[in-house]
Amino acid sequence: MSTPVPARANAPERYYNYAYLDEQTKRMIRRSILKALAIPGYQVPFGSREMPVPYGWGTGGIQLTAAIIGPDDVYKCIDQGADDTTNAVSIRRFFANVADVATTEDTGEATIIQTRHRIPEKPLKQGQVLVYQVPQPEPLRGLEARETETRAMHAYEEYGLQYVSLYENISAYGRIAATAGYPVMVEERYLMSPSPIPKFDNPKMAQNEAVMLFGAGREKRIYAVPPFTRVRSLDFEDYPFETQTWEETCALCGAEDSYLDEVILDDAGDKMFVCSDSHHCAERRAAGHVGPMAGHTLDQDAALKEPAQ
Amino acid sequence: MNAIPGRIAPAPLLSVEGLTKWYGHVLGCRDVAFDLRPGEVLGIVGESGSGKTTLLNCISGKLTPTSGEVRFDTRRFGLTDIYGLSEPDRRRMQREEWGFVHQNPRDGLRMRVSGGANVAEPLMNLGSRHYGNMRQATIDWLDRVELDTRRIDDKPRNFSGGMQQRIQVARNLIHGPRLVFMDEPTGGLDVSVQARLLDLLRELVRDLGLAVIIVTHDMAVARLMADRLMVMKGGEVVETGLTDQVLDDPQHPYTQLLVSSVLQI
Repeated sequence: MSTPVPARANAPERYYNYAYLDEQTKRMIRRSILKALAIPGYQVPFGSREMPVPYGWGTGGIQLTAAIIGPDDVYKCIDQGADDTTNAVSIRRFFANVADVATTEDTGEATIIQTRHRIPEKPLKQGQVLVYQVPQPEPLRGLEARETETRAMHAYEEYGLQYVSLYENISAYGRIAATAGYPVMVEERYLMSPSPIPKFDNPKMAQNEAVMLFGAGREKRIYAVPPFTRVRSLDFEDYPFETQTWEETCALCGAEDSYLDEVILDDAGDKMFVCSDSHHCAERRAAGHVGPMAGHTLDQDAALKEPAQ
Repeated sequence: MNAIPGRIAPAPLLSVEGLTKWYGHVLGCRDVAFDLRPGEVLGIVGESGSGKTTLLNCISGKLTPTSGEVRFDTRRFGLTDIYGLSEPDRRRMQREEWGFVHQNPRDGLRMRVSGGANVAEPLMNLGSRHYGNMRQATIDWLDRVELDTRRIDDKPRNFSGGMQQRIQVARNLIHGPRLVFMDEPTGGLDVSVQARLLDLLRELVRDLGLAVIIVTHDMAVARLMADRLMVMKGGEVVETGLTDQVLDDPQHPYTQLLVSSVLQI
């Protein structure tokens, strides 16, 4: 005998099924997720649905989240590492609205983190799920336009072609200059695009405790990296894989080991570097870390008196 | 058979038997059979629509024949029917042991990546992961096909047609194949460029001891390149023999027509 489900507080204005998608769609997506987890790095086709945002705004990630989210989850959404950008705020509000979940900016307390272009600085823990929004799931697409051919290449592990792009990089720039969407091998079997995260974040994918799910809405593909999986960034013997480094520290929190964004301050060429992970930066500042420009308030009058040359 | 004592005929590199290709009810080629030995250059000549390219595609594993066998002396499996191999094995064999020079360099090159990367790609496909070594090999090969090595990082579109064809030749020889297919390799080039490319191809083929199957409608190309000729008409082989023999003393009426139609200046 089942107990009656108590009516939700917002029952009258609920137009949508729980978490927006209907149950059959969520079931279909969950099956694709299970297959993706069973074959790490393999791109599983799925019946991507129209979502209330345009392609390119995270439709794949939103569908993944919708399929796995429950009322007990705590949801965090970041865009380029920041919790407070328009896209992140909209998607967070969307799930607060349609899935009745608590939302947070705290990486540590979130159970589902949807991300575009970054992996949070704080190491993820077992039990957390990181959902990536992926524009182009096929790492070989730029070099081979035929889907039939790229599928065969994955099936037969013919990945020499990917090295052509690295070769081009070195011959043009003297080093592997690719910075985002840097291709990785998953469990030494499938070549995978890590979505356009900076290569700075690539090493974080290896042996990660969290479940990592990737969704491409327009391209209708789901792939995954289960916890504790080997993930290796491609490189040459004489040009090993390297991540970005900065000579500067975060201007606000003084962090030396986080991924920094360059912010142009005026027309005179002044700039600052700040953590791209806004929660990481805020947490450090709250803990008393101070960067070179912290506490500095903009003196608007002075700026007006002395316009930039 | 009367075996000549003390002399062993080399085993065929490629052995084609009863090869037939129908496109529905249209005939591509019918009942083609020949052996190709290591280091031998076979020319396939004939007018357009005679089944030359169909035959080449069937032999090179691009087009499954309706019936017949194409056996190749693979390094890993010995003399074996290429269509009997599994797809990954066949693709690997094609990568490792064959080259294919297309008539239009756009079909054989990746136009988006530099000439150097195009030449180095077969090495990467075979598992080379050392940039410096591949770079050196690429420079050596560009030099060998008489291209300016300083232009190694230019995109193919910035090269002339003849140079693109040289890049394609380098790309198809760098990994040391044993058999190279050429489909009208000098087709789209003007006469002087054609002559120089032919000269180069002839030299490379001789130096490397390559086996080549070259398809052409140009009797001059056939005369210069091929040891042996196969003349095709309407999908069937009408005459085979040594190149000089076929061209100097053609037996079949069609071959006689073909040879006599060459412009004499």
